[in-house]
Amino acid sequence: MSGNRVVTLTINGDHVEFLCEPRQTLLEVLRNTLDLTGTKEGCSNGNCGACTVLMDGRPVVSCLVLAVEAEGAELRTIEGVARGSHLDEVQSAFLEGAALQCGICTPGFIVQTEALLEENPNPTEDDIRFYLAGNLCRCTGYDKIVRAVQAAAEKRQVAAN
Amino acid sequence: MATAENPKKYKVIGTRPVRHDGADKVTGRAKYGADIKLSGMLYGAMLRSPHAHARIVSIDTSKAAAMPGVRAVVTSADLPAQGDRIVELGEGAANMRHLTANVLAREKVLYKGHSIAAVAADNIHIAEEAAKLIEVTYELLPPVLDVRQAMSDESPVLNDDIRTASVGSAPATKDSKPTNIAKHFLFEKGDVAAGFAAADVIVEREFDTSMVHQGYIEPHNATVLWNTDGKITVWLSTQGSFSVRQQTAELLKVPISNVKVIPTEIGGGFGGKISVYLPPVAALLSKKSGRPVKLVMSRTNVFEATGPTPGSHMKVKLGATKDGKLVAGEAWIAFEAGAYTGSPIGAACMCVFACYDLPNGRVEGFDVCVNKPRTNAYRAPGSTHVAFATETLVDEICEKIGMDAADFRIKNAAKEGVRRVDGPVYARVGMVETVEAIKNSDHYQTPLGGKYRGRGVASGFWFNCGLKSAASATVNPDGTVSLLEGSTDIGGSRTGIAMQLAEALGITAEEVIPTVGDTDSVGYCDVTGGSRVTFATGIAAIEAAKDIQRQLVDRAAMIWEVDASKVSYSDGGVHGPDGKHLSFKEIAGKLHATGGAVIGRGTSSEATQGGAFGTHCVDVEVDVELGKVQIIRYTAAQDCGTAIHPSYVEGQIQGGAVQGIGWALNEEFW
Repeated sequence: MSGNRVVTLTINGDHVEFLCEPRQTLLEVLRNTLDLTGTKEGCSNGNCGACTVLMDGRPVVSCLVLAVEAEGAELRTIEGVARGSHLDEVQSAFLEGAALQCGICTPGFIVQTEALLEENPNPTEDDIRFYLAGNLCRCTGYDKIVRAVQAAAEKRQVAAN
Repeated sequence: MATAENPKKYKVIGTRPVRHDGADKVTGRAKYGADIKLSGMLYGAMLRSPHAHARIVSIDTSKAAAMPGVRAVVTSADLPAQGDRIVELGEGAANMRHLTANVLAREKVLYKGHSIAAVAADNIHIAEEAAKLIEVTYELLPPVLDVRQAMSDESPVLNDDIRTASVGSAPATKDSKPTNIAKHFLFEKGDVAAGFAAADVIVEREFDTSMVHQGYIEPHNATVLWNTDGKITVWLSTQGSFSVRQQTAELLKVPISNVKVIPTEIGGGFGGKISVYLPPVAALLSKKSGRPVKLVMSRTNVFEATGPTPGSHMKVKLGATKDGKLVAGEAWIAFEAGAYTGSPIGAACMCVFACYDLPNGRVEGFDVCVNKPRTNAYRAPGSTHVAFATETLVDEICEKIGMDAADFRIKNAAKEGVRRVDGPVYARVGMVETVEAIKNSDHYQTPLGGKYRGRGVASGFWFNCGLKSAASATVNPDGTVSLLEGSTDIGGSRTGIAMQLAEALGITAEEVIPTVGDTDSVGYCDVTGGSRVTFATGIAAIEAAKDIQRQLVDRAAMIWEVDASKVSYSDGGVHGPDGKHLSFKEIAGKLHATGGAVIGRGTSSEATQGGAFGTHCVDVEVDVELGKVQIIRYTAAQDCGTAIHPSYVEGQIQGGAVQGIGWALNEEFW
């Protein structure tokens, strides 16, 4: 297909430029062009949340965003969550709380949780369940995920005080 | 599963270490099937049937093949003919004629989404566009979508090579008429008529359940390189690398040693990632193009062409005395196998009354082909359907005779010495304990308040299995151990297995570095399924640890210049005469000077397992205006034996319960 476009944006703090077809989704470019395969493809129709990334701070399902729409955006993906070689509170809470089994949904949950805690540093269980409702997990039954998010929020609160 | 009367004291087992693959999985570094990228790799797409039942008159791939960027096109004509072959595939046998026709349709398409042809191209978009250019002429046939319709004499027949295989009867001959009823089971025990005659209360109900999908978040995938030397390498997410190796080799008619399966991380399976769909197709595309080819299913493909668990029609009847003793049971169960034979009807027949001490029983089951995707294993395959039926009747009996649901189950529970309707006699099992745990729970003891609320209790059974596993473990000079095992890890099993090796050697879980090996690097392991892996591959790891202990004893004897019989291994080190002692770490540091590497190996085969029981209690509230059902409280009691890593045992129970809620309230398709 002719008419490839150049897209310039910031991903996890780095200046990035890529060439894409207008029909390519942001998810496809992240995974296939930029080799950022931490963002997962589960349904490609916006149902499962496995491909969630933060676009200018807002969580979006990257399977429903065209790559060209990301022009000028600031993106944060799962690869940009850890601080250098240290896991952040959400990541370590997921590990300590065994909040993953197969792990394919985990990047989406962690990115969505980052957005939640940014908006609401002290969420209730209902807040958490509501905010994460767009992320599907078939393994855990969600209980340990909710508890991990609560633990991460507490840890971050303690660190902030 | 037998309950340990005197649980041993463990140092590692029963603790909750962070899983070894954890850091990779929370940072996005873990490689799943679709993350594989190889030099020169092509992307594949498939053409699938829009019809549920049709004869393929012709397939014209010329336009697709001529499209720029297309490197290969394949149809079933590229797969070797299989004839009437039954092959043992590690977890049950498969009819190769059916398996190959499911991978790429031959004369007929038997369900919507049935794969017909595949294209490999420079990118996924070209491949998808080219697949649409393949022209197929169909002769439409009437679809058979209901199990009872499929069983009638007037029904169109899906497969002209299926005659009813009846347990205990002479095989049907080829001269007999083809049918959709592939299998018939009949189990009897005692005198059913006399049993029902002695009953004070009899309940009989019919139940229909629809197909339900395993619903793993990661779609099926396979990346295959058919190299110029004839060696085929398959990267994919699977519940069984060795099963994929064998299925792929059999379908392509190449030796299994020509196929190497490299399992990636797997994004859920629940029984649905055992059967092969994509690897033979990607292999053919690779052979034709000379390039590695990646195939990944879309979500629609996953739902239309993989999984599911069968739909069913069941008639179940139970009789009990007024003081609450079950006296007779009868079940008639028909499962939708999907396009080809192979539903878990046998397991369903064995499980339908498995929780109870039933003196008189009769169970009849049918495996029936319908124009829906071929069914596959799904979490205690077959047991879930019949538990729904039986447990509903048990509750109804309790209501009729005014008996507590837990007391009734305890009174009638299967226990040691009880014979199931299908024959086996139970060893020590934990059914009673699971019901007692529920009865004594705070949940059950708390009265159900509020309007439009209800409480349900149900029990269930699954056999579990041992099958075959292998592991090897290499001692590192710094006192750690690299563990290699072949069971793909679907939810933390590599850590559970590593913990058992650590326990046996007296080191910590963190001092074991577990890796899931490929089929060329580790001994044969059966599939990750049947609740077998942490148990059976754990035994292989413990055997490997014992092998390491024996070798370290020999090394210590050499160092101390004493007879090996004077040296023993315990408490994380070797002990010799006159108080001589070296810790595991100390002797590991001396291996290079005393003969080189120490590699332990272990296998397990058909380890004896106990059946597992569970009893769950749930409170729900119904919004009478909207019909919405809200789960208020849920308590599960599972006879899990010794929990190796309790967090992941809890996770399995919680996840299973939520899938059950989905089945009961939300999920159905086809």
